[in-house]
Amino acid sequence: MSVTIYVPCDSGALALGAEKVAKAIESEIAARGIDARIVRNGSRGLYWLEPMVEVETADGRVAYGPVAANDVASLFDAGLVSGGSHRLSLGKTEDIPFLAKQTRLTFARVGITDPLSLDDYKSHGGLRGLEKAVAAAPADIVKTVTDSGLRGRGGAGFPTGIKWNTVLQAVADRKYILCNADEGDSGTFADRMIMEGDPFVLIEGMAIAGIATGATKGFVYIRSEYPHAIATMTRAVEIARKRGVLGVNVLGSPNAFDIEIRSGAGAYVCGEETSLMNSLEGKRGVVRAKPPLPAIQGLFGKPTVINNVISLASVPIIMDRGAEFYRDFGMGRSRGTIPIQIAGNVKHGGLFEAAFGLSLGEIVDDIGGGTATGRPVKAVQVGGPLGAYFPRKLFDTPFDYEAFAAKDGLVGHAGIVVFDDTADMLKQARFAMEFCAIESCGKCTPCRIGSTRGVETIDKIAAGIEPEKNLALVTDLCNTMKFGSLCALGGFTPYPVMSSINHFPDDFKPAATAVAAE
Amino acid sequence: MQPAGTEIASRTSAVINEFVGLEGPLLPILHGLQEEFGFVPDESLPVIAKALNISNAEVHGVVTFYHDYRRHPAGRHVLKVCQAEACQSMGSDAVAARIKQLLGIGFHETTKDGSVTLEPIYCLGLCACAPAAMLDGEVIGRLDDDKLEEIAAEVRL
Repeated sequence: MSVTIYVPCDSGALALGAEKVAKAIESEIAARGIDARIVRNGSRGLYWLEPMVEVETADGRVAYGPVAANDVASLFDAGLVSGGSHRLSLGKTEDIPFLAKQTRLTFARVGITDPLSLDDYKSHGGLRGLEKAVAAAPADIVKTVTDSGLRGRGGAGFPTGIKWNTVLQAVADRKYILCNADEGDSGTFADRMIMEGDPFVLIEGMAIAGIATGATKGFVYIRSEYPHAIATMTRAVEIARKRGVLGVNVLGSPNAFDIEIRSGAGAYVCGEETSLMNSLEGKRGVVRAKPPLPAIQGLFGKPTVINNVISLASVPIIMDRGAEFYRDFGMGRSRGTIPIQIAGNVKHGGLFEAAFGLSLGEIVDDIGGGTATGRPVKAVQVGGPLGAYFPRKLFDTPFDYEAFAAKDGLVGHAGIVVFDDTADMLKQARFAMEFCAIESCGKCTPCRIGSTRGVETIDKIAAGIEPEKNLALVTDLCNTMKFGSLCALGGFTPYPVMSSINHFPDDFKPAATAVAAE
Repeated sequence: MQPAGTEIASRTSAVINEFVGLEGPLLPILHGLQEEFGFVPDESLPVIAKALNISNAEVHGVVTFYHDYRRHPAGRHVLKVCQAEACQSMGSDAVAARIKQLLGIGFHETTKDGSVTLEPIYCLGLCACAPAAMLDGEVIGRLDDDKLEEIAAEVRL
């Protein structure tokens, strides 16, 4: 019987040598005359074990990792094809605690299937949501999504169903579904993993959104820093078109829907929805004032659903299993699951999908296993470059939109970056301002000029020039940026800056900086 | 050597023709030109403006807004080293300092022999395998001194 060996083609695995491992396995198969085939799957999201090789056995899939190309011969000697024991053995994949503790709804297939096999997709529950959608009334689809409690996973947490309803109600000759795949926040990679590991789920989610709102055209705007995601999505769209999932008759229904993949051009601010629309239209990625809302007057002036990758990729399972099924996970007003991305200086970095409600401490200490360097955790930045730095004393904060807001932070796109005790929080605060200055679109003054003045003022504090006066000035400046900026770039940059100042005041004291400078 | 003016115009027109039918074709055209020439030549801008019926200023504004578009040719290799927070937490400052030393250039510079251009990048989505970099579109994770020396040797070939 032919054996199936899985070697991930996810960027994270490739960055750690998966291509060489796949080639080595291929030559071992040939040299030993074994009846086996290699499937390039997505990543299971256990990045400290990548490249993670899996083998299909009678008992289920068995994993080995992290595998280097020069481990491959010894793996075959140890009987890899029948799940033989080796020093890199991880046992049955499903039993690895990091995976076993998860609730994988949106990421149900990622790492399991061949990303570009539509048959694989279907045999693992794919297209069932879309099949229900083509048979349903648009208003009922919107109601299901609203009832599920799904909120925008890009960071803002706006109820997805309400956004869809506005577009459904809008009257226009043309409407658009726009997928925001400009995942620029450091510490986040969930969108990339979906696009590289299960592209059809995003296509299915967008098609459902199209049918629900009367939109016939979709765009996926992917950042240019993700060449593998762009390539996989492009191929997946071609396959979906050929197989009738996209086109003039979606799954044989009278509904038309097609998708085009677009590449960004290296501007962080284009992750902001109005800036993204300008960029796609071929303009400078400058933020637009709201109103008008994109749902009324969005891309090319037409009603537009603009959603994050994870929001759209969560829709198929909601349609398939029903609003109640999804809503039953989570806490408070944060319903369903959230793919938490654990990154930076952490022992067990990767993707952990779970219902809302885990505490930050559980995520960092228990799931993440503490720092990679083995030193104490000093700070954790949650929600990307615009997210607050949390000290250990706030580790009881549950992962929930409202709970994080109450602690002057944000869940954002659910990326968590861990720093050990060597981190200098004044430097991190300065970087937040510097990054805002580099990436500001320049439309509004608080962001454009405030960020540059912020860098200068923090430099003065570091140099010991009137530190107290300048700290008060930074605080005042942050207040202006927070309430005076047009979008989240200028408006949220104060989160990392003020959280650094408030939670780590010692790093801003002249004595500390003098010692650090020596 | 840069191609002659008329040749640039005709190759620009060919790229424009490929993408002009798209909705919002300007970014795809600019990506196409960068693919064709390795950068966006100044001589291409009026050709685009005419084809899309927009002003030269608008085209210039778009080209200069985005970090990706080059106005001059890059080195034979392009190395982008991530400098965002997740990589910072794993020592991207030291990585940047080491690679600058190995190549003898700073960020946004090209070696004198034209072999490599070094650039910072803010996030490659490899945050759980930091510090990370991208060499000519290939991703590299968990950079250490050995890997940096390997990269420096490879780009000099």
